[in-house]
Amino acid sequence: MNLWKKLLCYSRRKSPWLFHMNSGSCNGCDIELIAGLTPRYDAEQLGVKHEASPRHADIICISGPVTHTAVNAMKTVYGQVCHPKAVVAIGSCPASTNVFIDSRVLDGPLDRHIPVDVYVPGCPPRPDAILAGIAKAAEILAARAGQEAQPAAAPVAAEEEKA
Amino acid sequence: MSYRIPMGPYHPALEEPYKLELVCDGETVQDAKLNIGFNFRGIEQLAETRNFIQIVALMERVCGICSNTHTLSICQAVEQIAEITPPPRALYIRVIMAELERLHSHVLWAGVAGKLIGFKTMFMTCFAVREQIMNVLQTISGNRVNYAMNRVGGVNRDIDDPAMILAMIGELEKDMVKTVIPVFTTSHSALSRCTGVGVLSEEKARSLGVVGPTARASGLPQDLRRAAPYAAYEEMDFNVPVEHSGDVKARLVVRALEILESCSILRQALSKLPAGEIFTGDESEMEIPEGRGFSRVEAPRGEVIYSVTWGEDTDTPSRVHVRTPTYINMPAVRWMVRGARLADTPLIQASIDPCYSCTDR
Ligand code: SF4
Repeated sequence: MNLWKKLLCYSRRKSPWLFHMNSGSCNGCDIELIAGLTPRYDAEQLGVKHEASPRHADIICISGPVTHTAVNAMKTVYGQVCHPKAVVAIGSCPASTNVFIDSRVLDGPLDRHIPVDVYVPGCPPRPDAILAGIAKAAEILAARAGQEAQPAAAPVAAEEEKA
Repeated sequence: MSYRIPMGPYHPALEEPYKLELVCDGETVQDAKLNIGFNFRGIEQLAETRNFIQIVALMERVCGICSNTHTLSICQAVEQIAEITPPPRALYIRVIMAELERLHSHVLWAGVAGKLIGFKTMFMTCFAVREQIMNVLQTISGNRVNYAMNRVGGVNRDIDDPAMILAMIGELEKDMVKTVIPVFTTSHSALSRCTGVGVLSEEKARSLGVVGPTARASGLPQDLRRAAPYAAYEEMDFNVPVEHSGDVKARLVVRALEILESCSILRQALSKLPAGEIFTGDESEMEIPEGRGFSRVEAPRGEVIYSVTWGEDTDTPSRVHVRTPTYINMPAVRWMVRGARLADTPLIQASIDPCYSCTDR
């Protein structure tokens, strides 16, 4: 790894920008994420900034059990985030669909559609847990900055259907 | 010439997924169309497969901001079917939780309103103030958002140390009176964004049947805590703040005054907290007979209605119907944004404090 790349990796870790996406969540995880950005938990100490556009973001935070209506939008957003990127699944919903399991309108869990790097379990997780998850994702991001390859965007669900 | 501006459903400026279509003439909004359903999780149908213990956990996740309201409503409806009366201490604890929830929800709304006005400092301040309420909630229930306090027949956790909570409320009230409320009611820049914006006349409010703070800001003095008291609200002494101008500022003022009223209700409830059991009945032996229960609760955003029907010889309900306040208040936004400036629409639609995850379920 040359010096330039090393510097790039280092700076990636120091300023991860977040894009938050709600895929049918109950709002619980979303307000805890926002609470994590505010003075008491102060995500900005990690260089974290809440970004409104996925094209500027490094880390995608996804909450909610992934409803049918959200799937396509979510894949689009995932594609719009530039390399390197990391995905944080916030709450039990994207991890396992939580209490909504068996619902006919859900297409979860999240890892059927996009690769997830960090799971933050809890219903909802506390803001400090979310921040720990984001810090972990920032390290993954830094490691990826040195690699050429994108993380596989292969939608697992599509393969399942073929099989 | 008029043109259409579609926004959403996954738009950076929206907190939750929904679709807004604005018809504009220059900078002036002529009409608005709202498309919802992106958060639909099929909860009403799921509820039909859950028993009376599981259903409380499910209904709690209808909304993460007013989770206590939903558990309270479903518990009241099921209690009505099973003819269970919770002990007085449980009723008081329910009031305390409901008011704490109203506090955190209104402060959260003030923060969001501050952000939409372009007042980021206020957003941060409100969230910092809100953390004090979250502390109290966490001390009582152990969780910050989904408290799991209600159960059929009472509440799950007791309040052991009212004195400590009273102290926290004192601090909170001081912060509200000293920082948050004066900024919103006296700051020129905040006021100029809210005064006369998004007006909903009393007549229109009545014909649309709006509920909660939106109705009270348009001069309709309706409040279920007063009109149809549930839990222990009958024994509380409080005012229902009403404003008549019907604009965004009125909604702001109503919510600010409600925060102070909530503090006073909390003080009364904590000081009068009766001794005794916190629930009746043994959940493992409880059976819900056939019947229909109906419950109305004043949530932070307005009236929530639950109608629960239990079939014969089953342990699951045959129908659970939920009506949430945003569902009623949403059509009013259309009348509020007509003639407003395009830049004011985010604030106007946020002024009803919409919650689409409740509405879509
Ligand atoms: S994990 Fe819990 S709090 Fe988070 S979105 Fe799901 S139900 Fe809501």
